[in-house]
Amino acid sequence: MKLYLKYISIHLRCAMQYKASFFLTLIGQVLTSFTAFLSMYYLFERFSSIEGFTFSQVLLCFAVILLSFSLSECFARGFDLFPNMIGNGEFDRILIRPKNEIFQILASKMEFTRLGRVIQAICIFCYAIPHSEVIWTFDKILTLIFMIIGGFLVFSGIFILYAVLCFFTLEGLEFMNILTNGAMEYGKYPFSIYGKQILKFLTYIVPLALVQYYPFLYLIGHSQNHFYIFLPLIASLFLIPCFLLWKFGVKHYQSTGS
Amino acid sequence: MIEVKHVRKTFKVARRNAGFAAAVKTLLHKQFETVEALKDISFTIPDGEMVGYIGPNGAGKSSTIKIISGILTPDSGECNINGYTPWKHRIQHVAQIGVVFGQRSQLWWDIPVIDSFELIKDIYRIPESTYRKNLQMLTDLLDISEILKTPTRQLSLGQRMRCEISASLLHNPKVLFLDEPTIGLDAVSKIAVREFIKNINREQKTTVILTTHDMQDIEALTQRIILIGKGKILLDGHLEDLKNQYSDQKELIISYSGKSPQLCHGLHIIKQIPGRAELKIDTQVISVSKAISYLSEQTELTDFSIKHTSTEEMVVKLYQEFAI
Repeated sequence: MKLYLKYISIHLRCAMQYKASFFLTLIGQVLTSFTAFLSMYYLFERFSSIEGFTFSQVLLCFAVILLSFSLSECFARGFDLFPNMIGNGEFDRILIRPKNEIFQILASKMEFTRLGRVIQAICIFCYAIPHSEVIWTFDKILTLIFMIIGGFLVFSGIFILYAVLCFFTLEGLEFMNILTNGAMEYGKYPFSIYGKQILKFLTYIVPLALVQYYPFLYLIGHSQNHFYIFLPLIASLFLIPCFLLWKFGVKHYQSTGS
Repeated sequence: MIEVKHVRKTFKVARRNAGFAAAVKTLLHKQFETVEALKDISFTIPDGEMVGYIGPNGAGKSSTIKIISGILTPDSGECNINGYTPWKHRIQHVAQIGVVFGQRSQLWWDIPVIDSFELIKDIYRIPESTYRKNLQMLTDLLDISEILKTPTRQLSLGQRMRCEISASLLHNPKVLFLDEPTIGLDAVSKIAVREFIKNINREQKTTVILTTHDMQDIEALTQRIILIGKGKILLDGHLEDLKNQYSDQKELIISYSGKSPQLCHGLHIIKQIPGRAELKIDTQVISVSKAISYLSEQTELTDFSIKHTSTEEMVVKLYQEFAI
């Protein structure tokens, strides 16, 4: 852990070497997700509710996904950039260091500019929490925290899966974006609005609905099932197959010519 | 002690013909070809030895280094380095080796070298006192104290390589793998690096495995060489023996005043102008001293010099002989 903090301090120092670039990217990040917010605002201006969800409720959902996604993008960025790490031999370097390779990948890349999105997610929370007509009892707060942590872990798992594919293709696969950036986009709305099939897929295959849809129903009082509070923790088990696949991938690592 | 036994490694390589049509075709049906990078590699290196691992491009040098440094997992075979199998006990194994890839940096690009060193200290959990001592020794020997505060990206290649080597030795490794450590360096840096490696091997008894295309590196550093070609070990022996074996012909250049000398059995003219001749001596027929005394009987020698077969030429001969 101490070592991780050391890595963070080094990354901060590196980022500060290019100050202008850092702050402009930060602002850019805020602005891009702000447009998403605007589009939602105008949509609800017209329709006032979607499948029984009000604007501030959907905003809450949006904020959860945005926060957990940008947190995992910030810290699990190494897996997102994994094709480059294979390509330039950085992964070789990781393998000759006596520390767990997942730890090193997590530590080797940190994208602090993604904090721009985190800031925005917090702003949306500040707006949505008082307007969402949720009575914030202990269990609701717990649910919200579980949703964010669970979301962070599931997204990190997806990033790991993406990296595992690189072992076999040596290049990133764009279709995985459906589950990363894409999930962030359509995760703005509760998954039920996309129909039963997609909800099923996101429940049983890639458990994003377990961190977003079901606990969200409990949060806004559409469901009284207390079991839903803990679904994000079950979703975190998704990391186990990701981890096993990762181990399998490392065994088949081919490196690149030098 | 490094023991490698019957290691094999194959790679799957996608192949396609040139052209757009072929590219579209591979999109639908990809053709793979299995390339045997290493076929049954075995060798043993005792502690404290310095070994040159040579072979032409694509012979499997880097693959071997990558397997014994724990980066790649071989298809089959055994490997035991100081009690660990690299791909099974990766973390324990790499804690006691140092690796330098001449073409790839081990240092962090944007931060000063000393920060990289500090991070390495934490990664390898080097005790403070050992770290101080090693840093002191390395900065003195490699003359890098002035560049420690410079970010890696601003260093010249020679400076960077010296820092890379220091970085790989901070944790007192028992074994050091050097993959083309002098590539692209100028003469002064090359000699500095060579001297340093020699020194480390002598003082710390570090086992060194060196791959290079620079035969002067080999000549300056190693006693023993292992030759690999097309994934097989072709030769494993002492440099001097090999040289003797492959240099049964020596070149003699003579200048003379007087008449042109008659040749005896075992001597051949390569080039001759009045007053100067280049001869080839077949040392299996006539010894060098006999040849010289024979020639001096015939004419007045004013100067002579003998050219040895260089290691470079020997290696070319080796490559030709094994058709690799």
